[in-house]
Amino acid sequence: MDLAYLWFFIVGVFFVGYFVLDGFDFGVGMSLPFLGRDEVSRRQVINTIGPVWDLNETWVIVAGACLFAAFPEWYATLFSGFYLPLLLILLALILRGVSFEYRHQREGLAWKRGFDRMIVIGSVIPALLWGVAFGNIVQGVPIDADKNVTGTLFDLLNPYALCVGITTLLLFFLHGVYFVGLKADGQVKEDAHRLARRAALPTIVFAAATVVWTTLIAMERDAPLIAAVIGCGAAAAIALLASAVANVRRRDGWAFALGAVTIVTAVLTLWFALFPYVMPSSTDPAFSLTIENASSTDYTLTVMTWAAVIFLPGILAYQAWTYWVFRKRITRVQIEKADAAAAH
Amino acid sequence: MDFLDPLILARWQFGLTTLYHYLFVPLTLGMALTVAIFQTIWHRTGDVKWLHLTRLFGKIFLINFAMGVVTGIVQEFQFGMNWSDYSRFVGDVFGAPLAFEGLMAFFFEATFIGLWIFGWDKLPRRIHLLTIWATAFGSILSAYFILTANAFMQNPVGYQLNPETGRAELKNFFELLTNPVALAAFPHTIFAAFMFAASVIIAVAAWHLRRGQHVETMRPALRYGMWFMIISFAGTAISGDQLGLVMVETQPMKMAAAEALWNTACGADASFSIFSIGTPDGTAEVWSLRVPYLLSFLSTHSLDGCVEGLNNLQELYTQKFGAGIDYMPEIWVTYWSFRWMMGFGGIATLISVAGLWVTRKKATRPVAGWMWRIAIWSAPLPLFGSLVGWIFTEMGRQPWIVFSLMHTSDGVSPNVPGWTVLISLVAFTAIYASLAVVEFRLILKAAQKGPDPLPGPDDPDPRDLPVDQTPSTVY
Repeated sequence: MDLAYLWFFIVGVFFVGYFVLDGFDFGVGMSLPFLGRDEVSRRQVINTIGPVWDLNETWVIVAGACLFAAFPEWYATLFSGFYLPLLLILLALILRGVSFEYRHQREGLAWKRGFDRMIVIGSVIPALLWGVAFGNIVQGVPIDADKNVTGTLFDLLNPYALCVGITTLLLFFLHGVYFVGLKADGQVKEDAHRLARRAALPTIVFAAATVVWTTLIAMERDAPLIAAVIGCGAAAAIALLASAVANVRRRDGWAFALGAVTIVTAVLTLWFALFPYVMPSSTDPAFSLTIENASSTDYTLTVMTWAAVIFLPGILAYQAWTYWVFRKRITRVQIEKADAAAAH
Repeated sequence: MDFLDPLILARWQFGLTTLYHYLFVPLTLGMALTVAIFQTIWHRTGDVKWLHLTRLFGKIFLINFAMGVVTGIVQEFQFGMNWSDYSRFVGDVFGAPLAFEGLMAFFFEATFIGLWIFGWDKLPRRIHLLTIWATAFGSILSAYFILTANAFMQNPVGYQLNPETGRAELKNFFELLTNPVALAAFPHTIFAAFMFAASVIIAVAAWHLRRGQHVETMRPALRYGMWFMIISFAGTAISGDQLGLVMVETQPMKMAAAEALWNTACGADASFSIFSIGTPDGTAEVWSLRVPYLLSFLSTHSLDGCVEGLNNLQELYTQKFGAGIDYMPEIWVTYWSFRWMMGFGGIATLISVAGLWVTRKKATRPVAGWMWRIAIWSAPLPLFGSLVGWIFTEMGRQPWIVFSLMHTSDGVSPNVPGWTVLISLVAFTAIYASLAVVEFRLILKAAQKGPDPLPGPDDPDPRDLPVDQTPSTVY
């Protein structure tokens, strides 16, 4: 049973990885209307995540698969219970993914603008709804004795969950804008700095609200890891403030790294608040899904642990290498040169 | 019929999204390997036409790849969304191969494809070549894990039932990975997928050759495609034969349904019908074209073997699993999908064999226009073959969701109302249909634009160009 506790955190690590990595993809996508003054700057923005969005998105597939394997009951309750939000996320991810691949396949501004719009929509929806989903998980939803969610879509749209959703939306947005500031040059970079300055304040307000609210929920439930909840919440707040300062001082690398730290600690705040539940029931605490009653057998978890121990270092190594290979800024000149080459 | 029956709708959705996902999978599997081979030839010989072929088919590969990825996420999510009771029942066993797929194969594929697309001017040539091989390897490994998961549904192994929790629990992971169904289905699926990549290469090459353009580049592509087709067909047939034997062992009802064999038959009576006309309700046969002994041979590798019939198996299953349930799948679906699967693959291969003959070096007559047209229009045949193959194997499993352990009707999410599934079914259908049109047009456009023209005698060898002049694909 101890392995189940380990896997609670390994699954957490995969979702943390997903939100940090695809988080800035969503932010980059959402920043298109603000930073894409012309076609070249729009391409500059999109190309900052060109080589990596696919592998970043893969984190959610692995997170989902690990959730399925390690906590089948959690997976089944969550996915059937949050049907419509997940459907919207799926449709959004489909539109976003094909838009990256299709927008450059044909000339013509109408074609490209259509896909730009789909990139924006396809980034906003998951950024908001992942937060709503995790807010609901932490707060608890009506779950019956058979471990099935009994509420409707409107139960999921409650104030706390929406607050978490807006927080993830804003956090990812800010994180993505930092990334563009780090990866682009010229006007786009300048615009990104200015945009991040403007976006910082609302992000801080909502993030603070989420941290306090989450702490209150955890305290009410007598969460055993309340100290970690408060610690991570505070760390998230400090990292967020520090990233805003770094952005004002034009330290792009620091702003982005601190933005990543904010997301890591924010997700951990939710994770610690949830512990030892995985899906608390608001109907009757006895119906709640916990780490122990939702997990797979020790044998399965042992096999999975070996796989994680063996493959995770390699995964991290080759993904880090990818970021190293594509470490250079995407310059305006480079896009124009590629344009000229294509015209030739 | 109840149009808001969640079970029916969830089954339709699974069938639709799975087949749609599978429109893209075969091309990804076969094209990744092909592009890797083309780029390797270029790397070894320095012959620039292979670089142009790498780029052309690389582009088609990428247009297709994006759709494969995004439709794949739907596959993973809908087990939990539509089939939560199934997920609860098998999660302990079924989740592990999916997690392995993600950890070992999918990350690998997704990372290296990015490096390949964007790395032309950033990586040393040798490393860049390795990235496409890594992508091909990742995609094929991914297929293996998915097929072990599917094989568990066809032939559950390596598990035990826990009476306390009512769940299937993993007992031996190695047994799960070496499920005889998986070991036969894996090569069968992969080779069949290669056949579709081959037919696309043939069609693209034929389209240009028919117009007399890019002849020097497209002729080797055509020959490659036809050989690739024939070799892959051999692999598909051999592994298919193996899969048939395993199927008789593990799911005899499916084999009986494949032949619509109502009563147990032996020897010459265990004949294989190439074609048959039945009464409209499909319960009796009016006329058929039969090859004696063939079914016996396919099922047992001997001429005097016996093949159990549907009625006999129904009786057996009733004793074994309980009365009052129809253990037969939809016979007309299994019967025809089994034939079409082999037919599509066989016809495509015959076209390639004929193609090799008419395009041989010593051929005295030019290839006629109608021959080119056949080569072009036959492109989707192997894809159709793969799709009906999946229809056969999944419909043939019914009424089980996990053979002998769980009925499909018991796997569906109990708390998801029919209208919710209907909304998602409509949404997926609408989005999938429009994206299919876009995708098809883009591939067509890339294919018809063709490869870059070959350099003249005075142009420099592209390998001698400074790296930053090798164009990199940029969004």
